[in-house]
Amino acid sequence: MCGIVGLLVKTPALREKLGELMVPMLIGMTERGPDSAGLAVFGNPLAETERKISIYSGLTEDGADFNWLGLGHALKEHLGVAVSVEPKGNHAILSFDVAPAIIKRWIAEHHPKLHILSTGRSIDLYKDIGTPAEVAARYGFDKLTGSHLVGHTRMATESAVTPDRAHPFTAGEDFCLVHNGSLSNPNGIRRMLEPRGIRFETDNDTEAACRFLEWRLREGDDLETALQKGFEELDGFFTFLMGTPDKLALIRDPFACKPAVVAETDDYVAIASEFRSLAHLPGIKHATVFEPAPEEMYVWNA
Amino acid sequence: MERLTFDLAAQPLRELNTFLHTGAKEGKVGHVTVLNPDGAHNIAVGLDCPIDVEVVGHAGYYAGGMNKAATVTITGSAGTGVAENMMSGKVHVKGFASNGAGASAHGGLLVIEGDAGLRCGISLKGGNIVVGGSVGSFSAFMAQAGRMVICGDAGDALGDSLYEAVLYVKGEVKSLGADAQYEEMSAEDIAAVASLLDQAGLDHDPKAFKRIASKRSLYHWNADANQEY
Repeated sequence: MCGIVGLLVKTPALREKLGELMVPMLIGMTERGPDSAGLAVFGNPLAETERKISIYSGLTEDGADFNWLGLGHALKEHLGVAVSVEPKGNHAILSFDVAPAIIKRWIAEHHPKLHILSTGRSIDLYKDIGTPAEVAARYGFDKLTGSHLVGHTRMATESAVTPDRAHPFTAGEDFCLVHNGSLSNPNGIRRMLEPRGIRFETDNDTEAACRFLEWRLREGDDLETALQKGFEELDGFFTFLMGTPDKLALIRDPFACKPAVVAETDDYVAIASEFRSLAHLPGIKHATVFEPAPEEMYVWNA
Repeated sequence: MERLTFDLAAQPLRELNTFLHTGAKEGKVGHVTVLNPDGAHNIAVGLDCPIDVEVVGHAGYYAGGMNKAATVTITGSAGTGVAENMMSGKVHVKGFASNGAGASAHGGLLVIEGDAGLRCGISLKGGNIVVGGSVGSFSAFMAQAGRMVICGDAGDALGDSLYEAVLYVKGEVKSLGADAQYEEMSAEDIAAVASLLDQAGLDHDPKAFKRIASKRSLYHWNADANQEY
Protein backbone atom coordinates (compact mmCIF):
# COMPACT_ATOMS: atom_id res chain seq x y z
CA MET A 1 0.00 0.00 0.00
CA CYS A 2 1.03 3.61 -0.59
CA GLY A 3 -0.70 6.93 -1.02
CA ILE A 4 -0.38 9.34 -3.89
CA VAL A 5 -1.50 12.93 -4.14
CA GLY A 6 -1.34 15.50 -6.89
CA LEU A 7 -2.49 19.07 -7.14
CA LEU A 8 -2.55 21.44 -10.08
CA VAL A 9 -3.88 24.97 -9.57
CA LYS A 10 -5.60 26.67 -12.49
CA THR A 11 -6.10 30.02 -10.77
CA PRO A 12 -2.75 31.87 -10.70
CA ALA A 13 -3.53 33.37 -7.27
CA LEU A 14 -3.60 29.86 -5.79
CA ARG A 15 0.05 29.23 -6.76
CA GLU A 16 1.05 30.96 -3.54
CA LYS A 17 -1.08 28.48 -1.59
CA LEU A 18 -0.04 25.30 -3.37
CA GLY A 19 1.83 23.88 -0.38
CA GLU A 20 -0.77 24.95 2.16
CA LEU A 21 -3.54 23.20 0.19
CA MET A 22 -1.43 20.08 -0.31
CA VAL A 23 -0.14 19.35 3.21
CA PRO A 24 -3.51 18.04 4.50
CA MET A 25 -3.74 15.91 1.34
CA LEU A 26 -0.38 14.31 2.13
CA ILE A 27 -1.20 13.85 5.81
CA GLY A 28 -4.57 12.34 4.82
CA MET A 29 -2.62 9.48 3.22
CA THR A 30 -0.67 8.61 6.40
CA GLU A 31 -2.48 5.30 6.97
CA ARG A 32 -1.65 4.22 3.43
CA GLY A 33 2.00 5.24 3.74
CA PRO A 34 3.47 5.92 7.17
CA ASP A 35 7.16 5.12 6.58
CA SER A 36 8.34 7.80 4.13
CA ALA A 37 6.97 10.77 2.23
CA GLY A 38 8.05 13.09 -0.50
CA LEU A 39 6.98 15.51 -3.15
CA ALA A 40 8.11 17.24 -6.29
CA VAL A 41 6.92 20.77 -6.94
CA PHE A 42 7.00 22.55 -10.29
CA GLY A 43 7.32 26.34 -10.46
CA ASN A 44 8.39 29.04 -12.89
CA PRO A 45 11.30 27.69 -14.95
CA LEU A 46 14.78 29.11 -14.71
CA ALA A 47 16.35 30.80 -17.76
CA GLU A 48 17.09 28.43 -20.62
CA THR A 49 20.76 27.89 -19.80
CA GLU A 50 20.26 27.63 -16.03
CA ARG A 51 19.60 24.46 -14.07
CA LYS A 52 18.87 23.51 -10.49
CA ILE A 53 19.39 20.29 -8.59
CA SER A 54 17.79 19.10 -5.36
CA ILE A 55 20.28 17.26 -3.14
CA TYR A 56 19.89 15.09 -0.04
CA SER A 57 22.61 14.97 2.64
CA GLY A 58 20.95 12.57 5.10
CA LEU A 59 23.25 9.73 4.04
CA THR A 60 26.42 11.75 4.80
CA GLU A 61 28.10 11.77 8.22
CA ASP A 62 26.95 15.32 8.87
CA GLY A 63 23.34 14.64 7.94
CA ALA A 64 21.18 17.72 8.42
CA ASP A 65 24.28 19.67 9.57
CA PHE A 66 25.91 19.26 6.19
CA ASN A 67 27.83 22.42 5.25
CA TRP A 68 25.78 23.45 2.21
CA LEU A 69 27.30 26.93 1.96
CA GLY A 70 30.74 25.33 2.08
CA LEU A 71 29.70 23.13 -0.85
CA GLY A 72 28.71 26.27 -2.76
CA HIS A 73 32.09 27.88 -2.04
CA ALA A 74 33.96 24.72 -3.04
CA LEU A 75 32.14 24.55 -6.37
CA LYS A 76 33.06 28.18 -7.01
CA GLU A 77 36.66 27.56 -6.07
CA HIS A 78 37.22 24.32 -8.01
CA LEU A 79 34.97 24.77 -11.02
CA GLY A 80 34.72 28.55 -11.13
CA VAL A 81 30.94 28.26 -11.21
CA ALA A 82 28.69 30.64 -9.28
CA VAL A 83 26.18 28.46 -7.45
CA SER A 84 23.25 29.76 -5.46
CA VAL A 85 22.46 27.51 -2.51
CA GLU A 86 19.12 27.23 -0.68
CA PRO A 87 19.64 24.89 2.29
CA LYS A 88 16.73 23.23 4.13
CA GLY A 89 18.25 20.89 6.73
CA ASN A 90 19.31 17.70 4.98
CA HIS A 91 18.06 19.05 1.64
CA ALA A 92 19.36 21.86 -0.53
CA ILE A 93 18.61 23.32 -3.92
CA LEU A 94 21.63 24.40 -5.97
CA SER A 95 21.12 26.68 -8.99
CA PHE A 96 23.81 27.47 -11.58
CA ASP A 97 24.40 28.39 -15.20
CA VAL A 98 26.43 25.43 -16.52
CA ALA A 99 25.63 21.93 -17.71
CA PRO A 100 24.42 20.01 -14.63
CA ALA A 101 26.68 17.04 -15.49
CA ILE A 102 29.73 19.17 -14.56
CA ILE A 103 28.34 19.91 -11.09
CA LYS A 104 27.06 16.38 -10.54
CA ARG A 105 30.39 14.81 -11.55
CA TRP A 106 32.28 17.00 -9.08
CA ILE A 107 29.82 16.20 -6.29
CA ALA A 108 29.97 12.44 -6.99
CA GLU A 109 33.78 12.61 -6.80
CA HIS A 110 34.10 14.74 -3.66
CA HIS A 111 30.89 13.96 -1.76
CA PRO A 112 29.86 10.45 -2.89
CA LYS A 113 27.26 10.16 -0.13
CA LEU A 114 25.30 13.19 -1.31
CA HIS A 115 22.24 11.98 -3.20
CA ILE A 116 20.95 13.99 -6.17
CA LEU A 117 17.15 13.94 -6.07
CA SER A 118 16.22 15.92 -9.16
CA THR A 119 17.59 18.02 -12.00
CA GLY A 120 15.84 20.57 -14.15
CA ARG A 121 14.64 24.11 -14.66
CA SER A 122 11.29 23.79 -12.86
CA ILE A 123 11.43 20.91 -10.38
CA ASP A 124 12.28 20.94 -6.66
CA LEU A 125 12.15 17.65 -4.82
CA TYR A 126 12.02 16.61 -1.18
CA LYS A 127 11.77 13.12 0.24
CA ASP A 128 12.75 11.39 3.44
CA ILE A 129 11.76 8.69 5.87
CA GLY A 130 9.24 9.58 8.57
CA THR A 131 5.49 10.11 8.72
CA PRO A 132 3.96 12.49 6.17
CA ALA A 133 3.35 15.07 8.93
CA GLU A 134 6.98 14.86 10.08
CA VAL A 135 8.37 15.13 6.57
CA ALA A 136 6.01 18.01 5.71
CA ALA A 137 7.09 19.94 8.82
CA ARG A 138 10.80 19.15 8.27
CA TYR A 139 10.87 21.00 4.95
CA GLY A 140 8.02 23.49 5.41
CA PHE A 141 5.86 21.94 2.70
CA ASP A 142 3.06 24.36 3.64
CA LYS A 143 5.16 27.28 2.36
CA LEU A 144 5.82 25.79 -1.08
CA THR A 145 4.56 27.68 -4.09
CA GLY A 146 4.19 26.66 -7.72
CA SER A 147 1.73 25.55 -10.37
CA HIS A 148 1.54 21.82 -9.63
CA LEU A 149 3.06 19.06 -7.55
CA VAL A 150 3.04 15.33 -7.03
CA GLY A 151 3.41 13.76 -3.61
CA HIS A 152 3.66 10.29 -2.14
CA THR A 153 3.36 8.51 1.18
CA ARG A 154 5.11 5.15 1.29
CA MET A 155 4.44 1.78 2.88
CA ALA A 156 7.39 -0.16 1.53
CA THR A 157 6.78 -3.55 -0.06
CA GLU A 158 9.34 -3.95 -2.83
CA SER A 159 12.54 -2.50 -1.34
CA ALA A 160 13.91 -1.18 1.95
CA VAL A 161 12.75 1.90 3.86
CA THR A 162 15.48 4.40 2.99
CA PRO A 163 15.29 8.02 1.81
CA ASP A 164 16.56 7.20 -1.69
CA ARG A 165 13.85 4.57 -2.13
CA ALA A 166 11.10 7.00 -1.12
CA HIS A 167 9.10 8.62 -3.91
CA PRO A 168 9.00 10.67 -6.12
CA PHE A 169 11.58 9.16 -8.44
CA THR A 170 13.10 11.29 -11.17
CA ALA A 171 15.00 10.62 -14.36
CA GLY A 172 16.54 13.05 -16.82
CA GLU A 173 15.38 16.61 -16.31
CA ASP A 174 12.08 17.93 -14.99
CA PHE A 175 10.34 14.55 -14.92
CA CYS A 176 9.11 12.74 -11.84
CA LEU A 177 6.86 9.82 -11.03
CA VAL A 178 5.13 8.44 -7.94
CA HIS A 179 3.70 4.95 -7.76
CA ASN A 180 1.13 3.08 -5.75
CA GLY A 181 1.45 -0.61 -6.47
CA SER A 182 4.15 -3.07 -7.43
CA LEU A 183 5.65 -4.02 -10.78
CA SER A 184 6.32 -7.63 -11.71
CA ASN A 185 8.89 -6.99 -14.47
CA PRO A 186 11.16 -4.19 -13.18
CA ASN A 187 14.27 -6.32 -13.68
CA GLY A 188 13.35 -7.00 -17.30
CA ILE A 189 12.94 -3.26 -17.82
CA ARG A 190 16.34 -2.67 -16.22
CA ARG A 191 18.00 -5.28 -18.43
CA MET A 192 16.47 -3.56 -21.46
CA LEU A 193 17.55 -0.04 -20.40
CA GLU A 194 21.02 -0.61 -18.89
CA PRO A 195 22.71 -1.59 -22.18
CA ARG A 196 21.39 1.72 -23.53
CA GLY A 197 23.52 3.54 -21.00
CA ILE A 198 20.72 4.26 -18.52
CA ARG A 199 22.03 3.96 -14.97
CA PHE A 200 19.94 2.94 -11.95
CA GLU A 201 20.50 4.23 -8.44
CA THR A 202 18.36 1.81 -6.43
CA ASP A 203 16.80 -1.65 -6.67
CA ASN A 204 13.33 -0.12 -6.49
CA ASP A 205 10.67 -1.22 -8.99
CA THR A 206 9.28 2.30 -9.38
CA GLU A 207 12.65 3.57 -10.54
CA ALA A 208 12.38 1.18 -13.50
CA ALA A 209 9.03 2.68 -14.54
CA CYS A 210 10.35 6.21 -14.09
CA ARG A 211 13.48 5.61 -16.17
CA PHE A 212 11.52 3.73 -18.84
CA LEU A 213 9.03 6.56 -19.38
CA GLU A 214 11.68 9.28 -19.28
CA TRP A 215 13.73 7.29 -21.82
CA ARG A 216 10.71 7.21 -24.15
CA LEU A 217 10.22 10.97 -23.74
CA ARG A 218 13.89 11.58 -24.47
CA GLU A 219 13.64 9.36 -27.56
CA GLY A 220 11.05 11.81 -28.88
CA ASP A 221 7.73 10.33 -27.78
CA ASP A 222 5.16 12.82 -26.57
CA LEU A 223 3.76 12.09 -23.13
CA GLU A 224 0.71 10.23 -24.45
CA THR A 225 2.83 7.97 -26.70
CA ALA A 226 5.26 7.28 -23.85
CA LEU A 227 2.38 6.34 -21.55
CA GLN A 228 0.93 4.03 -24.22
CA LYS A 229 4.33 2.27 -24.41
CA GLY A 230 4.22 2.11 -20.61
CA PHE A 231 0.92 0.21 -20.79
CA GLU A 232 2.54 -2.22 -23.22
CA GLU A 233 5.82 -2.77 -21.36
CA LEU A 234 5.17 -2.29 -17.65
CA ASP A 235 3.55 -5.28 -16.01
CA GLY A 236 2.05 -5.27 -12.54
CA PHE A 237 -0.15 -3.12 -10.40
CA PHE A 238 0.11 0.61 -10.61
CA THR A 239 -1.45 3.94 -10.26
CA PHE A 240 1.23 6.30 -11.60
CA LEU A 241 1.15 10.05 -11.20
CA MET A 242 3.74 11.97 -13.21
CA GLY A 243 4.87 15.56 -13.36
CA THR A 244 6.53 17.54 -16.14
CA PRO A 245 7.05 21.33 -16.21
CA ASP A 246 3.62 21.90 -17.76
CA LYS A 247 1.69 18.68 -17.16
CA LEU A 248 0.32 16.35 -14.55
CA ALA A 249 -0.49 12.84 -15.83
CA LEU A 250 -2.21 9.82 -14.31
CA ILE A 251 -2.56 6.20 -15.44
CA ARG A 252 -3.91 3.07 -13.76
CA ASP A 253 -3.23 -0.56 -14.65
CA PRO A 254 -5.94 -2.53 -16.53
CA PHE A 255 -7.12 -4.21 -13.31
CA ALA A 256 -7.34 -0.89 -11.43
CA CYS A 257 -5.83 -2.67 -8.46
CA LYS A 258 -4.70 0.57 -6.85
CA PRO A 259 -7.15 3.36 -6.16
CA ALA A 260 -7.37 6.94 -7.39
CA VAL A 261 -9.95 9.71 -7.10
CA VAL A 262 -9.97 13.04 -8.92
CA ALA A 263 -11.71 16.25 -7.85
CA GLU A 264 -11.87 19.11 -10.30
CA THR A 265 -13.15 22.67 -9.90
CA ASP A 266 -12.59 25.89 -11.86
CA ASP A 267 -9.64 26.54 -9.52
CA TYR A 268 -7.78 23.23 -9.33
CA VAL A 269 -7.42 19.56 -10.21
CA ALA A 270 -6.66 17.41 -7.19
CA ILE A 271 -5.79 13.72 -7.28
CA ALA A 272 -5.44 11.32 -4.38
CA SER A 273 -5.57 7.61 -3.67
CA GLU A 274 -8.70 8.20 -1.63
CA PHE A 275 -11.31 10.89 -1.17
CA ARG A 276 -10.32 11.45 2.45
CA SER A 277 -7.27 13.36 1.18
CA LEU A 278 -9.49 15.68 -0.86
CA ALA A 279 -12.22 16.36 1.70
CA HIS A 280 -10.65 19.55 3.09
CA LEU A 281 -10.12 21.32 -0.25
CA PRO A 282 -12.01 24.59 -0.81
CA GLY A 283 -15.20 24.16 -2.82
CA ILE A 284 -14.93 20.36 -2.68
CA LYS A 285 -18.66 19.98 -2.10
CA HIS A 286 -19.27 21.37 -5.59
CA ALA A 287 -16.26 19.76 -7.27
CA THR A 288 -16.63 17.19 -10.04
CA VAL A 289 -15.44 14.02 -8.31
CA PHE A 290 -14.69 10.91 -10.38
CA GLU A 291 -12.69 7.75 -10.40
CA PRO A 292 -10.21 7.56 -13.30
CA ALA A 293 -10.80 4.49 -15.46
CA PRO A 294 -8.19 1.73 -15.82
CA GLU A 295 -5.86 1.86 -18.83
CA GLU A 296 -6.91 5.42 -19.71
CA MET A 297 -4.60 8.44 -19.81
CA TYR A 298 -5.43 11.53 -17.85
CA VAL A 299 -3.27 14.54 -18.64
CA TRP A 300 -3.85 18.00 -17.17
CA ASN A 301 -2.03 21.11 -18.34
CA ALA A 302 -0.53 23.57 -15.89
CA MET B 1 -39.27 7.78 16.18
CA GLU B 2 -36.37 10.01 17.10
CA ARG B 3 -33.74 11.31 14.73
CA LEU B 4 -30.07 11.64 15.57
CA THR B 5 -27.18 13.37 13.82
CA PHE B 6 -23.50 12.46 13.99
CA ASP B 7 -21.01 14.98 12.62
CA LEU B 8 -17.83 13.10 11.79
CA ALA B 9 -15.94 16.40 11.61
CA ALA B 10 -16.51 16.71 15.36
CA GLN B 11 -17.15 13.14 16.55
CA PRO B 12 -15.04 10.03 16.04
CA LEU B 13 -16.43 7.38 13.70
CA ARG B 14 -16.32 4.87 16.55
CA GLU B 15 -19.01 6.87 18.37
CA LEU B 16 -21.34 6.51 15.39
CA ASN B 17 -20.68 2.80 14.87
CA THR B 18 -20.95 2.04 18.61
CA PHE B 19 -24.36 3.71 18.69
CA LEU B 20 -25.48 1.82 15.60
CA HIS B 21 -24.38 -1.48 17.19
CA THR B 22 -25.87 -0.88 20.65
CA GLY B 23 -28.18 2.11 21.27
CA ALA B 24 -29.88 1.75 17.90
CA LYS B 25 -31.17 -1.69 18.91
CA GLU B 26 -33.40 -0.13 21.57
CA GLY B 27 -35.58 0.96 18.66
CA LYS B 28 -36.19 4.54 19.75
CA VAL B 29 -34.13 6.13 16.98
CA GLY B 30 -35.44 5.54 13.48
CA HIS B 31 -33.12 7.76 11.49
CA VAL B 32 -29.46 8.69 11.79
CA THR B 33 -27.85 11.40 9.68
CA VAL B 34 -24.07 11.28 9.22
CA LEU B 35 -22.48 14.60 8.29
CA ASN B 36 -18.97 15.19 6.92
CA PRO B 37 -18.12 11.54 6.19
CA ASP B 38 -15.15 12.90 4.17
CA GLY B 39 -14.19 9.50 2.80
CA ALA B 40 -13.77 7.77 6.17
CA HIS B 41 -13.60 3.97 6.03
CA ASN B 42 -16.08 1.57 7.65
CA ILE B 43 -19.01 3.96 8.04
CA ALA B 44 -22.13 2.12 9.29
CA VAL B 45 -20.64 -1.35 9.00
CA GLY B 46 -22.07 -4.43 10.66
CA LEU B 47 -25.54 -3.05 11.38
CA ASP B 48 -28.13 -5.59 12.45
CA CYS B 49 -31.33 -3.74 13.23
CA PRO B 50 -33.86 -1.91 11.07
CA ILE B 51 -32.73 1.72 11.08
CA ASP B 52 -32.27 4.35 8.36
CA VAL B 53 -28.77 5.80 8.09
CA GLU B 54 -28.17 8.68 5.69
CA VAL B 55 -24.54 9.51 4.94
CA VAL B 56 -24.38 13.03 3.51
CA GLY B 57 -21.28 13.17 1.30
CA HIS B 58 -18.61 10.75 0.09
CA ALA B 59 -17.90 7.55 2.01
CA GLY B 60 -14.62 5.62 2.07
CA TYR B 61 -14.00 1.87 1.98
CA TYR B 62 -16.54 -0.77 3.08
CA ALA B 63 -19.45 1.60 3.84
CA GLY B 64 -22.52 -0.41 4.86
CA GLY B 65 -20.44 -3.61 4.86
CA MET B 66 -22.05 -6.72 6.39
CA ASN B 67 -25.35 -4.84 6.60
CA LYS B 68 -28.32 -6.72 8.05
CA ALA B 69 -31.83 -5.18 8.12
CA ALA B 70 -30.73 -1.54 8.01
CA THR B 71 -31.13 0.94 5.15
CA VAL B 72 -27.96 2.91 4.46
CA THR B 73 -28.10 5.77 1.96
CA ILE B 74 -24.95 7.54 0.74
CA THR B 75 -25.68 10.82 -1.04
CA GLY B 76 -22.19 11.03 -2.60
CA SER B 77 -19.86 8.32 -3.83
CA ALA B 78 -18.67 5.17 -2.08
CA GLY B 79 -15.16 3.75 -1.92
CA THR B 80 -13.99 0.17 -2.40
CA GLY B 81 -16.22 -2.64 -1.11
CA VAL B 82 -19.47 -0.80 -0.41
CA ALA B 83 -22.07 -3.20 1.06
CA GLU B 84 -19.49 -5.98 0.99
CA ASN B 85 -20.95 -9.18 2.40
CA MET B 86 -24.38 -7.60 2.99
CA MET B 87 -26.85 -10.05 4.54
CA SER B 88 -30.15 -8.14 4.14
CA GLY B 89 -31.54 -4.61 4.09
CA LYS B 90 -30.54 -2.00 1.56
CA VAL B 91 -27.53 0.12 0.71
CA HIS B 92 -28.21 2.95 -1.74
CA VAL B 93 -25.37 4.99 -3.29
CA LYS B 94 -26.54 8.12 -5.12
CA GLY B 95 -23.16 8.76 -6.75
CA PHE B 96 -20.61 6.29 -8.11
CA ALA B 97 -19.07 3.31 -6.34
CA SER B 98 -15.48 2.11 -6.54
CA ASN B 99 -14.22 -1.45 -7.00
CA GLY B 100 -15.74 -4.55 -5.45
CA ALA B 101 -19.18 -3.06 -4.76
CA GLY B 102 -21.50 -5.63 -3.18
CA ALA B 103 -18.78 -8.28 -3.14
CA SER B 104 -20.07 -11.62 -1.82
CA ALA B 105 -23.37 -10.10 -0.63
CA HIS B 106 -25.63 -12.87 0.70
CA GLY B 107 -28.85 -10.87 0.60
CA GLY B 108 -30.37 -7.42 0.56
CA LEU B 109 -30.33 -4.83 -2.22
CA LEU B 110 -27.43 -2.63 -3.29
CA VAL B 111 -28.39 0.31 -5.52
CA ILE B 112 -25.71 2.40 -7.23
CA GLU B 113 -27.21 5.25 -9.22
CA GLY B 114 -23.94 6.16 -10.93
CA ASP B 115 -21.22 3.89 -12.31
CA ALA B 116 -19.64 1.02 -10.41
CA GLY B 117 -15.93 0.20 -10.67
CA LEU B 118 -14.33 -3.13 -11.44
CA ARG B 119 -15.36 -6.45 -9.89
CA CYS B 120 -18.86 -5.25 -8.93
CA GLY B 121 -20.79 -8.17 -7.44
CA ILE B 122 -17.77 -10.46 -7.37
CA SER B 123 -18.70 -13.75 -5.71
CA LEU B 124 -22.30 -12.59 -5.20
CA LYS B 125 -24.03 -15.10 -2.93
CA GLY B 126 -27.70 -14.16 -3.08
CA GLY B 127 -27.92 -10.38 -2.84
CA ASN B 128 -29.35 -8.16 -5.57
CA ILE B 129 -27.45 -5.28 -7.17
CA VAL B 130 -28.93 -2.56 -9.39
CA VAL B 131 -26.46 -0.22 -11.11
CA GLY B 132 -27.92 2.85 -12.81
CA GLY B 133 -24.71 3.47 -14.77
CA SER B 134 -22.06 1.11 -16.09
CA VAL B 135 -19.93 -1.53 -14.38
CA GLY B 136 -16.19 -2.10 -14.81
CA SER B 137 -14.40 -5.25 -15.91
CA PHE B 138 -14.65 -8.62 -14.15
CA SER B 139 -18.03 -7.81 -12.62
CA ALA B 140 -20.02 -10.76 -11.25
CA PHE B 141 -16.90 -12.93 -11.33
CA MET B 142 -17.82 -16.32 -9.80
CA ALA B 143 -21.21 -14.96 -8.72
CA GLN B 144 -23.11 -17.82 -7.13
CA ALA B 145 -26.63 -16.58 -6.49
CA GLY B 146 -28.65 -13.39 -6.70
CA ARG B 147 -29.24 -10.91 -9.51
CA MET B 148 -27.47 -7.94 -11.02
CA VAL B 149 -29.31 -5.35 -13.10
CA ILE B 150 -26.95 -3.11 -15.10
CA CYS B 151 -28.66 -0.17 -16.79
CA GLY B 152 -25.52 1.04 -18.60
CA ASP B 153 -22.62 -0.90 -20.14
CA ALA B 154 -20.32 -3.60 -18.79
CA GLY B 155 -16.54 -3.90 -19.17
CA ASP B 156 -14.50 -6.98 -20.02
CA ALA B 157 -15.14 -10.52 -18.80
CA LEU B 158 -18.62 -9.96 -17.41
CA GLY B 159 -19.81 -12.97 -15.44
CA ASP B 160 -16.58 -14.93 -15.73
CA SER B 161 -16.96 -18.39 -14.15
CA LEU B 162 -20.53 -17.57 -13.24
CA TYR B 163 -22.48 -20.04 -11.11
CA GLU B 164 -26.23 -19.51 -10.60
CA ALA B 165 -26.42 -15.72 -10.33
CA VAL B 166 -28.26 -14.05 -13.22
CA LEU B 167 -27.21 -10.78 -14.85
CA TYR B 168 -29.35 -8.35 -16.81
CA VAL B 169 -27.65 -5.70 -18.95
CA LYS B 170 -29.29 -2.92 -20.93
CA GLY B 171 -26.22 -1.43 -22.63
CA GLU B 172 -23.17 -2.83 -24.38
CA VAL B 173 -21.07 -5.64 -22.92
CA LYS B 174 -17.43 -5.30 -23.90
CA SER B 175 -16.89 -9.04 -23.45
CA LEU B 176 -18.41 -11.96 -21.59
CA GLY B 177 -16.20 -14.01 -19.30
CA ALA B 178 -15.60 -17.74 -19.57
CA ASP B 179 -18.76 -19.83 -19.29
CA ALA B 180 -21.18 -16.87 -19.41
CA GLN B 181 -23.80 -16.76 -22.16
CA TYR B 182 -26.75 -14.70 -23.33
CA GLU B 183 -30.12 -16.33 -22.79
CA GLU B 184 -33.73 -15.53 -23.71
CA MET B 185 -35.58 -13.16 -21.40
CA SER B 186 -38.63 -14.99 -20.00
CA ALA B 187 -41.70 -13.28 -18.57
CA GLU B 188 -40.26 -14.11 -15.16
CA ASP B 189 -37.00 -12.34 -16.00
CA ILE B 190 -38.85 -9.23 -17.17
CA ALA B 191 -40.91 -9.22 -13.97
CA ALA B 192 -37.74 -9.64 -11.85
CA VAL B 193 -36.00 -6.74 -13.61
CA ALA B 194 -39.12 -4.56 -13.31
CA SER B 195 -39.35 -5.29 -9.61
CA LEU B 196 -35.67 -4.55 -8.94
CA LEU B 197 -35.78 -1.32 -10.97
CA ASP B 198 -38.87 -0.32 -9.02
CA GLN B 199 -37.15 -1.02 -5.68
CA ALA B 200 -34.16 0.97 -6.87
CA GLY B 201 -36.31 3.88 -8.01
CA LEU B 202 -34.86 3.77 -11.53
CA ASP B 203 -36.89 4.19 -14.67
CA HIS B 204 -35.92 1.83 -17.52
CA ASP B 205 -37.85 -0.49 -19.82
CA PRO B 206 -37.36 -3.99 -18.34
CA LYS B 207 -37.83 -5.49 -21.82
CA ALA B 208 -34.69 -3.69 -23.03
CA PHE B 209 -32.41 -5.85 -20.87
CA LYS B 210 -30.47 -8.91 -21.97
CA ARG B 211 -30.12 -11.95 -19.70
CA ILE B 212 -26.71 -13.46 -19.00
CA ALA B 213 -26.31 -16.72 -17.10
CA SER B 214 -23.92 -19.63 -16.76
CA LYS B 215 -23.32 -22.21 -19.51
CA ARG B 216 -22.45 -24.56 -16.66
CA SER B 217 -19.68 -26.12 -18.70
CA LEU B 218 -17.15 -25.37 -15.96
CA TYR B 219 -19.19 -27.17 -13.34
CA HIS B 220 -17.43 -30.45 -14.02
CA TRP B 221 -13.77 -30.88 -14.73
CA ASN B 222 -13.11 -31.88 -18.30
CA ALA B 223 -9.64 -33.30 -18.66
CA ASP B 224 -9.93 -33.17 -22.49
CA ALA B 225 -10.60 -29.43 -22.60
CA ASN B 226 -6.88 -28.64 -22.70
CA GLN B 227 -7.18 -25.09 -21.36
CA GLU B 228 -9.67 -24.21 -24.10
CA TYR B 229 -12.12 -22.38 -21.87
